[in-house]
Amino acid sequence: MSPWSMAWSSLPELLEMGGFGLYVWGAYVMVAAAALWEAATLTQRRRRVLDELRGAALENPDAA
Amino acid sequence: MPAWRAAPSPLATARGSAEAPGWTLLAVIARLTPWLVGTALAAAVAGLAAALLLAAPPAEPGDLWRIAYVHLPAAWLSGVLYAVLAACALMARCRREPVWAALAAACAPTGALMSFLALWTGSLWGKPLWGVWWTWEPRFATLLLLLFLFLGLLALQAAQDDAGKASRAAGVLALLGAGHLPLLYAAVAWWGRHAGRPAVVLPVELPLNGPVLATQVAMAVALAAWALVAVLHRAASSLLEQGVDGEGAPAPAERAP
Repeated sequence: MSPWSMAWSSLPELLEMGGFGLYVWGAYVMVAAAALWEAATLTQRRRRVLDELRGAALENPDAA
Repeated sequence: MPAWRAAPSPLATARGSAEAPGWTLLAVIARLTPWLVGTALAAAVAGLAAALLLAAPPAEPGDLWRIAYVHLPAAWLSGVLYAVLAACALMARCRREPVWAALAAACAPTGALMSFLALWTGSLWGKPLWGVWWTWEPRFATLLLLLFLFLGLLALQAAQDDAGKASRAAGVLALLGAGHLPLLYAAVAWWGRHAGRPAVVLPVELPLNGPVLATQVAMAVALAAWALVAVLHRAASSLLEQGVDGEGAPAPAERAP
């Protein structure tokens, strides 16, 4: 079997991960959650800052 | 159209604010962001597909090795982010430019996150192999200390009302904490060799064949691009807040995360 061929023949096999499913999926789920959390907080902060900048520009159009 | 593309760039929005510092950094971020996000997404898709579906893992420890595809880059990035943080803190002390302080502060949350992920995945790796979730072996202990350093820096920044004072205090702690990096490297390199287990930073003793190496590189690129985007955007937001406040520093409540 080529090392680049599909390692699993069914979904249960994929989920089981050779008996290490809990550990492997636990690692990837946490990484995905961390990425989503960081993206959400960064986007939220960026949106707030841009809103403040727009507000400041509207209050003082001469400076913009 | 993705939201990050639809939103106006910080540079374009802040162009009217003469008080917003760090124009060079903001220009670089505006140019780099689409490329970095694209690189992170492409590398993540390719890396995840290979890590979870393809790429036959080494015979020992078998499929558990798939954890290493995220554990190793997270551990590498923890150390790299602290080194960048310390370098920026040093520049902030020498040059007295807000850009460097903003970059140093921006490294801490992502560094803490990467350290936490390295510890979490290391624990998930260790349990089936060694039978315990945690052990005070040097690699775990030094990574935990690194996480505490990042958290200490975040706490220090949040605790001070005076942003300038907070930045200076965090800079001192960052420079003192840089002494931990050689310890981290030595612990990992020494323990990785003598315990016969994969080390988490170079020099590596990894069972890397072609597909495993390619997958490892793809995941490392994905996480590194993600970390870079996060740090640059956090620094940009901080600099833009300084422009909004017009006082040269963001309000304490607006600094986190």
